[in-house]
Amino acid sequence: MRTNPKTPTLLLGITLIVSVFMIAPIGLSVLAGLLNNYSTGIKSGLTTRWLMEVLDVYGSTVGWSLMLGLLCVLGNLLIGVPCAYALARSPSRAARLFEELLTLPVAVPGLATALALILTYGHMRDFRQSFAFILVGHMVFTLPFMVRTVSSAFQRHELLAIDEAARTLGASFIQRFIGVLVPAVLPAIVAGSLMVFTLSVGEFNLTWMLHTPLTRTLPVGLADSYASMRIEIGSAYTLVFLLVILTVLWGLQAIGQLIEKHHGT
Amino acid sequence: MEPESIYPRTHIQITDCAKTYADGTRALQPTTLTVEPGEVLALLGPSGCGKTTLLRIIAGLETPDAGSQILFGDTDVTRLPVEQRGIGMVFQHYALFPQMSVAANIGYGLKIRGVDGAERDRAVGELVDLVRLNGLEHKRPAELSGGQRQRVALARAVAVRPKVLLLDEPLTALDAKLKESLRDELAELLRRLHITSVYVTHDQQEALAIADRLAVMQSGHIVQVGDGEALYRTPAHPFVATFLGRVNRLERTVADRAGHTVSIGGLTLACPAAWAHQSALLVRPEDIEVGSCAVGWGQAVVIQRSFLGDRVQLTLSLSDQAQLRADVARDHAAQLGDSVGIRINPERLMPSHESSKP
Amino acid sequence: MSRVLSLCAAPAVAFFAAFWLLPVVQLLVLPSKKGWGTYFAVLTNSRYLQSLVNTVSLSLVVTLLTLLLGAMVGIVLGRQAFRGRQLLLSLLTLPLSFPGVIIGFFIILLGGRQGLVADLTDWAGFGRSTFAYGLTGLFLGYLYFSLPRAIATYTAAASAMDAQLEEAARSLGASRWAVARDVWLPELAPTTIACGAIIFATSMGAFGTAFTLASKFEVLPITIYNEFTNYANFALAASLSITLGLITWLVLFVTRHFTEAKSGVTLAGV
Repeated sequence: MRTNPKTPTLLLGITLIVSVFMIAPIGLSVLAGLLNNYSTGIKSGLTTRWLMEVLDVYGSTVGWSLMLGLLCVLGNLLIGVPCAYALARSPSRAARLFEELLTLPVAVPGLATALALILTYGHMRDFRQSFAFILVGHMVFTLPFMVRTVSSAFQRHELLAIDEAARTLGASFIQRFIGVLVPAVLPAIVAGSLMVFTLSVGEFNLTWMLHTPLTRTLPVGLADSYASMRIEIGSAYTLVFLLVILTVLWGLQAIGQLIEKHHGT
Repeated sequence: MEPESIYPRTHIQITDCAKTYADGTRALQPTTLTVEPGEVLALLGPSGCGKTTLLRIIAGLETPDAGSQILFGDTDVTRLPVEQRGIGMVFQHYALFPQMSVAANIGYGLKIRGVDGAERDRAVGELVDLVRLNGLEHKRPAELSGGQRQRVALARAVAVRPKVLLLDEPLTALDAKLKESLRDELAELLRRLHITSVYVTHDQQEALAIADRLAVMQSGHIVQVGDGEALYRTPAHPFVATFLGRVNRLERTVADRAGHTVSIGGLTLACPAAWAHQSALLVRPEDIEVGSCAVGWGQAVVIQRSFLGDRVQLTLSLSDQAQLRADVARDHAAQLGDSVGIRINPERLMPSHESSKP
Repeated sequence: MSRVLSLCAAPAVAFFAAFWLLPVVQLLVLPSKKGWGTYFAVLTNSRYLQSLVNTVSLSLVVTLLTLLLGAMVGIVLGRQAFRGRQLLLSLLTLPLSFPGVIIGFFIILLGGRQGLVADLTDWAGFGRSTFAYGLTGLFLGYLYFSLPRAIATYTAAASAMDAQLEEAARSLGASRWAVARDVWLPELAPTTIACGAIIFATSMGAFGTAFTLASKFEVLPITIYNEFTNYANFALAASLSITLGLITWLVLFVTRHFTEAKSGVTLAGV
């Protein structure tokens, strides 16, 4: 950080207002989830009964969201990382076309993707009513992020050089891929995984269209509680979400930093 | 321990190898080259001359055009992929595997070939001794200096006892002082190992110090092949003369050409009749004698004097030529502004374009 | 080698083809089943047209304001070191991981009938002021989920700004305003265009926030949802989705190639 000239008061003021605007509701929501009675306010005292009720009614959604996130990451690693390598190395027009196509699920609203999936696979009852349907939706939406992140890492000059070096030493493709290339792009893989997991846990637009009463994720449960439950329950459920997402973000970042430290780049 | 006895000595025969890229650029003209068993051959030239392309073709990282042939000894490797050619390669920026330790890097080729752990450790240990990296076996490449990385790259390449060792400008990424000391180390190491090596560089000092023979390249073809001293003293081609060492250009008037002479500072020198059409001649700075004004000497004025440590470089102004650069001994008396006499041994003159003309 | 590459890409390509390409092609074709005019339903039907206009204008205004505010905050956070800067930045960008419904809920907490603002205005004697369910609430909600993206982008861009350019300008006598206009603006222009496109596209396609707020101000994603869920008008929903998708994709596509062409820098995809 250089010594910059003093920042104008206007900018500082705006920053303060924006910060309050962004952070106050989070604080308010956390507080509301712990109050005995929201209308009465803080005088009614703090309690955990709303939290207990939330976990009772919606507890399974937390587990399902985390499981979906994990499976989404796994799926992306299995099909996304090799694909990223292929796109990074291939000079063909087909590869460039596929890269363009991959930007579409992100450019187009989740609603449209969901409608399309229902149109094509809605009639397959077992599939339609399972979590696999939601998983597919999440993967379609997150695959571009994983592929893009890992693909740029594979394109770095050093990676071309160590790929060739391994070839001159006689390594076959599988040996090179697993022993040399994947370890070299591990930070990008970790960053991509973090992104995919977070996106999956927080995804709503697509999931709302694809869900059924038996296949609900955390955000879907939230929408349900906001519509039909007391404000205290809604707040408590929001608090649960915040706790989950903060733990996830912090945990993944810690893992990411650990791997970076031992990565030796 | 006699490392030189265990490495194979392969003869390389390259015939009519050319490389044309998809967009039509001819990176390499049909080239024929022989590398003797155990010798170090340098491919020397400016960037874009095709030296790296040729090296990569020998390696198998580029496919040459149809009609090319590469033989390692009796084996035709032209169609073999790089993994099966049994080469060792040292890359410009070393290309060390960042996640592996020094020992793991060096032993990688052996691991691929299925050499068992104990044997591998022994071989790696020998190589660590050979390149003097003792104590650093467990470090990662990021923790090493440039010179140390270069040695790891070399050890890794020779660990698999390659038939051919290929080096792609391995000293380019280092600073000047380090380059010089590593150059001598590398030269000594290559001579000890006696592996047939092809060494690419744009630095003529490096090439002269390390290689047994040099192949000077320009615009995709080899201009001249020979040992360093022969190339320096008797370049067959003006490009070789200008690239390998420094030269001055001596212009010849129509009268000069007709009379088979060249003038420097009023002194007339005789030239071979074969150079009748040469509009200019070349002479090296160290071949210009600078002394006091006398009969039989040309005249010049010293307009710049640079002390370069091991020698003094004088810039001379003449009446009948452009400025000349002359190298003289460190203790030479000439000072700035002096009028001096100059003389050149006619045998040191070189032609400025190719002599073969219809 | 190319065979190996094809094998590497095959699973992803197959997955993508089966679960995105094929469904989307079917979606593209669906409106035609009810007549070719269905594709233009957004233009022919006044309700849909109004919804589209609502969405576009809301997104435009939100984008402009977000860019302005985001730039200001980003410049402060990107160039000023102070204790707790990293924490503040993390808190400000945390909402990037929130589903839109939570933001709708926040707006209700602030501006609903039992909201904080209602309490404050009541205490100040102006009666209970409720803004959550109208355009104001929706607007604030959209602002809330757009700001983190702008703040994150501008903070990164601001800390990467070339200080030497600014020093050169100041040494030539430029005032603070002149520096902002002549050095910062051009430097941040590509970032602004790219970021603006993403914020606009996200706003256009946002569903969760409007859904929770059940606003009278109807946006296109809600219209699509209603057509599909309440009226089982699949073809119409498809047509509107195509329109929406086309707009968002076009905005991103054009900005991406425009900035790439101008600066020669490749944006990381969308």
